[in-house]
Amino acid sequence: MDNLHSYLIISSILFSLGLFGVMTRRNGVAVLMGIELILNAANLNFVAFNRFGGMAELDGQVFGIFIIVLAAAEAAVALAIIINLFKNHETVNIDSADQMKG
Amino acid sequence: MSNFSSIAFYLPELLLVLTILAVIVVDLIPGLKRFNWIIALAGIVFTGVLLYGDSGVSESLYLGTIASDPFAYFFKWIFLIAGFFTILVSRHTHALRGADLPEYNALLLIVVFGLFLMASATNLVTVYLGMIETVSLPSYVLAGILKNDRKSNEASLKYVIFGAFSSGLMVYGFSWLYGLTGSMSLSGIQQGLAGVQEPLALYMAILLVLAGFGYKISMVPFHFWTPDVYEGSPTPITGFLSVAPKAAGFAILMRFFYSVFTTNSLTTIAGVDWLTLIALLSAVTMTFGNLIALQQENVKRMLAFSSIAHAGYMLMALSILSPDAIKAVMVYLTMYLFMNMGAFFMVIFAENQLNAHTLEDWKGLGRKAPFLGALMVILMMSLTGLPPSAGFVGKLYLFAVVIASKKFYWLAIVGVLNSVVSLFYYFRIVKAMWLFSPADPKPVKADSVIGLSILLFTIPALLLGIYWTPIINLIDKSIGF
Repeated sequence: MDNLHSYLIISSILFSLGLFGVMTRRNGVAVLMGIELILNAANLNFVAFNRFGGMAELDGQVFGIFIIVLAAAEAAVALAIIINLFKNHETVNIDSADQMKG
Repeated sequence: MSNFSSIAFYLPELLLVLTILAVIVVDLIPGLKRFNWIIALAGIVFTGVLLYGDSGVSESLYLGTIASDPFAYFFKWIFLIAGFFTILVSRHTHALRGADLPEYNALLLIVVFGLFLMASATNLVTVYLGMIETVSLPSYVLAGILKNDRKSNEASLKYVIFGAFSSGLMVYGFSWLYGLTGSMSLSGIQQGLAGVQEPLALYMAILLVLAGFGYKISMVPFHFWTPDVYEGSPTPITGFLSVAPKAAGFAILMRFFYSVFTTNSLTTIAGVDWLTLIALLSAVTMTFGNLIALQQENVKRMLAFSSIAHAGYMLMALSILSPDAIKAVMVYLTMYLFMNMGAFFMVIFAENQLNAHTLEDWKGLGRKAPFLGALMVILMMSLTGLPPSAGFVGKLYLFAVVIASKKFYWLAIVGVLNSVVSLFYYFRIVKAMWLFSPADPKPVKADSVIGLSILLFTIPALLLGIYWTPIINLIDKSIGF
């Protein structure tokens, strides 16, 4: 577990799981969890590249912190919108919001 | 330039931040609450004054993460104009009467600040911060600002899901780009690209980044959110979203691809010809937007699809990616700002006075309000690209670039055919307005602010088609990264 490749493999597994979650889940909160997984995959990549890629500066790790903060902000906004969906439709199934089509 | 000395070149943005804070604070003071829109507008005006003082500056600020250059400068004007009129018009939009307008104004100003950041970002961190945090997050809230309106709620839900997803893809692409090139800054990435050993990984990274940018400019196949978000959002927000973030998306796309790729021979990366890929996406985007717009009955939704088509036209020039192409996109964005926002103001007028949403509701509107109806004809001409209108000049520049490059003749032909298709649906609106007699022939009068805004946006949409030298001069000075 001390080389770049294992981290990249884990991050790509995380990314694929996140992608799968976003594509298949219809529960709004579960879709958000899929998106978090994608963001964490990116996060892991940044930190791993920074640690093993021979980068002089810590910018990859700083980006990681930014992603954590942004993921939290994004989740807050998205959850507020999903709560509003629940108030209007009494479900968190994102397919229930289907008034506009075509 | 170091952080401290950068401040001198970052005054417009700082003033914008101060304005945001002032709007939020004033909202808390009962007696002053109703003045918040004046503060917001004054903030934008003074930001414009400071911005004017920055003209001609070309500096790299904050340790090379933000550029204050003529290119960003030009786009900042577009954002300020769009933001100013959106705030102005929102007060007179009946649909927004239930919304908390001070909050709304503050969010809108945050979006404008984020757009500033997007247009001047030269580092992956600032691209991500500008694009995701400061533009997208408040936009999701703005789309859903009418909390009890199901459509508005649906719009914000679709916006946040697609937005968060595509930004996730983009940032994953960024992580690979960083890993492969070893740098966060665009110039560093450009230098690092030459030494990349794994072309396949680079290919994937660029595709993922393209997904993030493509989402912002609603490029097919990342356009799914566009029609629903545009239809469901309050109309002033729709007008704003269809112009300002799209302009910023193009700004970042051009800066990114131009500074990262043009100096390395673009075609050699991973054995894929990126320019041909963008040309194909452009053809698909405009054809898709136009063909679906043909079938729409809801005017707002029709304009949403037409905005996808306009993104396709602009992508056409991006597939050439020369300084001339960048100039053409900037010309088109200027024209598009006036004609598209003007058309959305007209939609606000129709919704306000007649509660009109579909083409059926619009029937006879021209006879009820002849002056505004005539202005709408000019706007529709401009959006189609008929001479003598601003849209025609914009398209002229785009097509000229594509033909002059001798690379994608077929793309120019697709573009012209698409313009013909767009004529049909834009003039369905004109036909509905003028060729039917209204059920109730009583004349309607627009709210003076909205009427004036339509007029103010129609004048350039016509005038810039006749005399466009000043805009070209401005843009010629603005091409410099």
